[in-house]
Amino acid sequence: MSTTEEAPLVRLEGVGKRYGNIIALRDIDLEVGASEITCVLGDNGAGKSTLIKIVAGLHRHDEGVFRVEGEKVSFGSPREALERGIATVYQDLAVVPLMPVWRNFFLGSEKRTGAGPFKRLDIPFMRSTAKRELLDMGIDLRDVDQPIGTLSGGERQCVAIARAVYFGAKVLILDEPTAALGVKQAGVVLRYIAQARERGLGVIFISHNPHHAYPVGDRFLLLKRGRTLGYHTKEDISLAELTAEMAGGAELEELAHELESAGVQGAPELREDARDLGVSD
Amino acid sequence: MTIAPPAADERVAARSSFRKLLGRPEIGALIGAIVLFVFFSLVADAFLRASSFSTVLYSSASMGIMAVSVSLLMIGGEFDLSAGVMVTSSALIASMFSYELTLNVWVGVVVSLVVTLALGFLNGLLYVRTGLPSFIVTLGTFFMLAGLNLGFTKLITHNVATPSIEDMDGFSQARAVFARDFTIGGVQVNISVLWWIVFVAIATWLLLRTRSGNWIFAVGGSAASARAVGVPVTRTKIALFMGVSFTAWFYGMHILFNFKSVQSGEGVGNEFFYIICAVVGGCLLTGGYGSAIGAAIGAFIWGMTSNGIVYAEWNPDWFKFFLGAMLLAATVVNLVVRRRAEAGK
Ligand SMILES: Nc1ncnc2c1ncn2[C@@H]1O[C@H](COP(=O)(O)OP(=O)(O)O)[C@@H](O)[C@H]1O
Ligand SMILES: [Mg+2]
Repeated sequence: MSTTEEAPLVRLEGVGKRYGNIIALRDIDLEVGASEITCVLGDNGAGKSTLIKIVAGLHRHDEGVFRVEGEKVSFGSPREALERGIATVYQDLAVVPLMPVWRNFFLGSEKRTGAGPFKRLDIPFMRSTAKRELLDMGIDLRDVDQPIGTLSGGERQCVAIARAVYFGAKVLILDEPTAALGVKQAGVVLRYIAQARERGLGVIFISHNPHHAYPVGDRFLLLKRGRTLGYHTKEDISLAELTAEMAGGAELEELAHELESAGVQGAPELREDARDLGVSD
Repeated sequence: MTIAPPAADERVAARSSFRKLLGRPEIGALIGAIVLFVFFSLVADAFLRASSFSTVLYSSASMGIMAVSVSLLMIGGEFDLSAGVMVTSSALIASMFSYELTLNVWVGVVVSLVVTLALGFLNGLLYVRTGLPSFIVTLGTFFMLAGLNLGFTKLITHNVATPSIEDMDGFSQARAVFARDFTIGGVQVNISVLWWIVFVAIATWLLLRTRSGNWIFAVGGSAASARAVGVPVTRTKIALFMGVSFTAWFYGMHILFNFKSVQSGEGVGNEFFYIICAVVGGCLLTGGYGSAIGAAIGAFIWGMTSNGIVYAEWNPDWFKFFLGAMLLAATVVNLVVRRRAEAGK
């Protein structure tokens, strides 16, 4: 950590969000600094997407404080977030499959040359830049002219990540980038996520798989039904504990306790289970 | 400024320029066109005459001008079923406006341009505002325009066709721009053929060399992904509908100044021919893939087949069967192309 009290890139304090009368998030704290990976874990419906949509500028929060580099913000659109250096890679919205890799890489931020009606794409620049940037991230493509749909799911995610890095993102939000991938491909994507951190980016990595999150993460926020179940740094939690907490180990123990006090048989076995999961000792 | 070519990758070696050519959307249509050309040359003696060639070119242009913008729209992921009758609307507006108010025909031409572009804008706006498939939205505007064409024409001229505007001010200049004939190397060519080629060239440049072209492929390939990276999706789609209305105006002006009078019931059904030209030329019905040159080859196939059947002295009733079979064949070829592009490795 730097000695000067530098504000983290993104910091949420007591953030809450309601959809009408549904409380999707309540009192959430989260932070991510440069060269850090913060993982957000939780089951379906836990509020992970809602949380990152606030940071990405798709929704405004109703409660709490959202700071970017120390400054209070509330984004009205993804563009505003992008201008502050917060880029998001959505799992299913990352690319246009039929378009060549280099066109996908520059889509929406095309480099042009010439003037007036003859303003045109600077194709040689975009081709060679896409090729080089991907190579820098360790993605060695045969041909940047091939449709991006011919790449594997993992490679596609990587191109989307490389693109966000190239266009100057400071914070990268990844919504379940490994969810639909096989073990090997997920490994490839995790390597690029770690690489983005090495390049000084802050990463918010959404996952429901602790085995993907633990090896790369620095901080872990566990969500359940819109509330914080736990917020840990890597030093104070092991993979087994993280897995157990996600699997509801703490609840299991609570249940055992309740049953025990009610004198129900079998409660000790339940307590054993909880211990095996690494929650209590 | 010089840019060093990216270092050659040994794995690319296999992807020769021949393989690259095979990956182009228009390649199937090109092969089909060559086969049909050879076929009709063999079975119809009249097919290779210069005069036949000029007829084939003229028919091709009559589909091709609209097929240019229709193919762009399809690459952008949308259909316009009102495209056929919109040509007629455009010609009717220019004709009746000039005639009834006894104005220079150019006034009618300009009024028609403004109104027709507004029709395209309306199609686009209806599509983006309702969120309905463009197929449904333009099916609605197709019937509305077809009805308006007949209704207004009968109301104003008390006839199903407009009176000739041949002796009105400005007619000869307008005809020179939109419908003149001239000869190149002994072959009589209508200027609409040249305009067709110009439009194909502009559309090709737009698609492959400009940012707008990038956006057209993107909104057709995956509108949600395009939006997520900041592509103005609705603006692009509306512009594509307006592109169709622009060529509808242009071709409407050709019809008006070529035939002097406009039949109000014309144009119905042509929208499908435009779509066939685009699909035969390699455009995917699902969007995101295709080319303007392909659509031009598709129109040329249309021109060769529709006339070749006549030169071969067959019953032209068979033509539509041919057309339908070709559409099916092309769609299957395109499907294979798409599967290879999306899932292949
Ligand atoms: N746009 C919305 N309107 C109403 N409720 C929503 C909306 N989006 C999410 N929710 C609700 O908020 C809760 C959290 O959802 P979400 O953030 O998508 O969870 P996750 O991404 O962890 O699966 C769920 O109960 C979900 O039904
Ligand atoms: Mg989610």
